[in-house]
Amino acid sequence: MNDMSRISSTLLTDVTGFLWHEADLLDRKDYDAWLALWSGKGHYVLPIGDTPDAELADALNLCYDNDKMRRDRIARFQAGFSISSAPPAETIRTVSRIVIDLAEGDRLTVRSAEHVIEDKFGRQRVWAANVTHRLVRVDGGFRIQDKIVRLLNSDGMLNSFSYLF
Amino acid sequence: MTLDTPVYDLDALYDNAQVATSMYEDPALFDVEMERIFKNTWVWVAHDTEVPDKGSFKLSSVGKEPVIVVRDRKGKVHVMVNRCRHRAATVCEVKKGKTSSFQCPYHGWGYGLDGSLRALPYPEQYGDDFDKAQHGLQRLHTETYNGMIFATFNEQIEPLVDFLGPVTKWIDLFMKQGGGFPVKVLGEHQFKVPMNWKVQLENTTDAYHFPVVHKSFMQSLDGETEEMFEFLETGKGYVEDLGNGHSVMVMIPELVDLDDNLDAPIPERFTELAQELRDEGYPEDQVKKIVRAVGGAGFNLNLFPNVSFSLAFFRVLRPVNVEETEIRHIAIGMEGGPAAANRARLRLHEHFQGPMGFGSPDDAEVWERVQRGTKGGHDLKILVNRGLVDERPGPDGPLGHISAETGMRAAYDMWKRMMSK
Ligand code: FES
Ligand SMILES: [Fe+2]
Repeated sequence: MNDMSRISSTLLTDVTGFLWHEADLLDRKDYDAWLALWSGKGHYVLPIGDTPDAELADALNLCYDNDKMRRDRIARFQAGFSISSAPPAETIRTVSRIVIDLAEGDRLTVRSAEHVIEDKFGRQRVWAANVTHRLVRVDGGFRIQDKIVRLLNSDGMLNSFSYLF
Repeated sequence: MTLDTPVYDLDALYDNAQVATSMYEDPALFDVEMERIFKNTWVWVAHDTEVPDKGSFKLSSVGKEPVIVVRDRKGKVHVMVNRCRHRAATVCEVKKGKTSSFQCPYHGWGYGLDGSLRALPYPEQYGDDFDKAQHGLQRLHTETYNGMIFATFNEQIEPLVDFLGPVTKWIDLFMKQGGGFPVKVLGEHQFKVPMNWKVQLENTTDAYHFPVVHKSFMQSLDGETEEMFEFLETGKGYVEDLGNGHSVMVMIPELVDLDDNLDAPIPERFTELAQELRDEGYPEDQVKKIVRAVGGAGFNLNLFPNVSFSLAFFRVLRPVNVEETEIRHIAIGMEGGPAAANRARLRLHEHFQGPMGFGSPDDAEVWERVQRGTKGGHDLKILVNRGLVDERPGPDGPLGHISAETGMRAAYDMWKRMMSK
């Protein structure tokens, strides 16, 4: 019996719905709604290379946002003074290959694949990432505790990003 | 000069603080720059702590040439071209690590840590007079100053310290941000930008853009820190030409020497860190020293042609082609220092630098806009004459207002000197 068999298809449907909702908010840049998805204490991290999850705080990341940094980041996007995000690149993303790694009490760990295509200056770029969400069940829904986005080539040459993964 | 090298009217390209548009656009000129500049001068390749042990190596580049930086068994650093002497395969594609030798994957030629050819399969077919000593990896001339490793293809070049000149005292000041510990590389951000490499070279000595491009970064700071970054308002800083294309831009004069003013009160944003250090048992004088060092130095030191010591990190450029440049923002910290202090440094670096920083993406955007803008008005000039109006002699060279383009003129003067050889 593998772990997945103990995870109900209803749960997978609910989690998938949540991740797709989040992806939709990010593509539509509805950042206030995105911030409201968070439980508050956790981190939004884009690591570099294969730093283990437990060592991210002591490593250089592309971003390591606590609640305040997430809010500052969104404020920067929204204030209109950042030339790279006024206007930002447009994005269309898909989230797929969703795996529930752990479901214990009100805690879930969910892995997924994310593909983002961005467009700016008539130029399109493609990004792919392995994403881990640590979710908490709240009032029949979910909140994001931590989100770790591991870009392919995160330790290689990237470009700058005017949006979130 | 060989016959097929195009002949350029250098005065038409840069003179009188005006830069021709083709300087950013001409692919043939780019090729000449790679030969006459990047193959002829000291180019920064690594920091000592990136190759800490015997056998430690990292991949780097000198201009367009891929090189390996490696520490041999005796602790000596070698820089060599990443190309097998048999039929040119790269001998290493691992970005960094540790090894006892480099073996070419194609036919198995094996090289030592100093690049010497050690062994090759079935050597008989080369005959008795095959000289292994003539078939080592191509080695560059290598010297180090205060942890910074430079290499060059030019065997006749002046010693590194002479090339650096007055820069050395600024490097020594910069390294004080170890806070009493040696400076150590903690990681790097890497991104490429569709721009000519000289657009980046200019920007490292450009305070004028800061309040405009980095307004959104400023808005994310607490009041005290924001004030510190308002160096154009206060006008206390300056830019000085240090010779050989190098320059220094002092933005926050109080933070030039981090050993000064150790009695100053701890800034608000570092009170938590200071408490953490006290709780770890650091005595008060060391707490003050570490906290003062955490935010970095108050100046940008810009070296021609590819590295800048920028407040709290190293900024490295690599020209890819005439319209593409790779940038590395290397985070530094305190070797053996308190983990809390290094964490603070990492978070500060992430705040401004790299693909998701609050600063770099806006820089990248305007650099690309320069490259896009040069598609129009080809006969117009790029102006780097700002601040000539009250430029005066400084201790080591012309010195101008904090927002003066003095550093860019220093770089372009050196560019011209090297291109005319
Ligand atoms: S190319 Fe390296 S051994 Fe042949
Ligand atoms: Fe900038």
